[in-house]
Amino acid sequence: MYEFNFDQILQNPGFLWRGLQNTLALYVAALGLGLVAGLVVGMGRYSRRAWLNWPATAFVEVFRNTPVLVQMMWFFFALPMLLGQPLTAYAAALLALTSNAAANIAEIYRGGIQSLHRSQWEAGKALGMGYGQQMRRVILPQAVRRMIPAFTNRAIELAKMTTLASSIAYAELLYEARLLSSQYFNPIEAFTTVALTFFVVLYPFVLLVRRLEMDARAR
Amino acid sequence: MTGTPVLRLTGIEKRFGDNHVIRGIDLDVAEGEVIVILGSSGSGKSTLLRCINHMEIPTAGHVEFMGNRMDTGAEPYRISERAMRDIRRQVGMVFQQFNLFPHMTAVENVMEGPRTVLGVSRDAARAQAMDLLARVGLEGREHMYPSHLSGGQQQRVAVARALAMQPKVMLFDEVTSSLDPELVGEVLKTMRELAREGMTMLVVTHELGFAYGVADRVLFLKDGVILEQGSPKEVLVRPQTDPFRQFLRGFHEFGLPPLED
Repeated sequence: MYEFNFDQILQNPGFLWRGLQNTLALYVAALGLGLVAGLVVGMGRYSRRAWLNWPATAFVEVFRNTPVLVQMMWFFFALPMLLGQPLTAYAAALLALTSNAAANIAEIYRGGIQSLHRSQWEAGKALGMGYGQQMRRVILPQAVRRMIPAFTNRAIELAKMTTLASSIAYAELLYEARLLSSQYFNPIEAFTTVALTFFVVLYPFVLLVRRLEMDARAR
Repeated sequence: MTGTPVLRLTGIEKRFGDNHVIRGIDLDVAEGEVIVILGSSGSGKSTLLRCINHMEIPTAGHVEFMGNRMDTGAEPYRISERAMRDIRRQVGMVFQQFNLFPHMTAVENVMEGPRTVLGVSRDAARAQAMDLLARVGLEGREHMYPSHLSGGQQQRVAVARALAMQPKVMLFDEVTSSLDPELVGEVLKTMRELAREGMTMLVVTHELGFAYGVADRVLFLKDGVILEQGSPKEVLVRPQTDPFRQFLRGFHEFGLPPLED
């Protein structure tokens, strides 16, 4: 029977602490930028104007139908060669995660906006509102409320995806755990700690989504 | 009729694909005039109303509002975004399904147009909204959300919301058709008040009593044209055409004698 020994981990909190900070730095930026970019792309997807709709659709399809790991590798190894300028691991990981999040979030926005009845647009129009005013004052406030469960789901997925950045040597939680485990030969403890950290942080959010979805159905 | 009409429609037509819904309508609306538009479903009455504030873009003809022609004069019908918003700001519309903003309270609904479209200050918009809600009999319900109001109350909020833009003309599109019968009266009373205060109104409705008692003029639409028009005391009692006579007869099929005390 294996005996767990977390001594090294407790004595070297710096590894995982630094990893957690880097994970958060990547996650918060990717989620924030993804929400904003997703809104822009989602509007494009919703638009009937071809010059807005086409690029937005292409963006969504490309980033939803290729593996995030491949996107990350591409941004880290391929893009710098095209640009003739190196990208840091953080920048490449952020680009990939933001693009992927934006593509998925765009579809949530589009669905949310489409779920509103035409009469809400008409009510704004009849008051003399322009498209932007209708969107900002009437449509989005209602749509966003309906989208919250889907957003939360996306946020949870994105949190898990940050570990992919370890593959391009970005020093997030998983990468630090690997360093730790190779130094002290304690892979069981190191990776168990990483898994537990994610679980402890994410599980409450999963419960929250379930609650939100139930509330939405009850309404 | 004195002076320029507030609204003048000339040769208005509207097609939806092959469906020719409005087939050439001319209409002058004088300031303060109340016009009730009757017709069976599919006669084009709602579409005509929606062509006025360009919720539907007419296919042909033109709309003059306060002496200004709204479209650019080009063929086929063209209107600038600016002119369209302009006429919508000055022509209020109330819908069959109320279409209140469900995420705003009654008073916020009424403030929304002036705040967002006219750029009125929050305090001024609020003061006006409170006045208007009191005027339509909703004192004390200003901070309730639409879902907590009855259909009749919601519709009166919708009337107040349209009035908040201080429109020159009000359009009512079957505003009592989705209300429970006992709630119809309160909305019609609000509209009668408005008519008495001199508001120019175009009303699509099946409430013949309202037409008889409040309208200055009644139009009967059939297949996208005005088949008959005149003063309600005249045309509602002595219709000149068979279709209108038949339409009116439908309302007499089941009649009650007047109430005894």
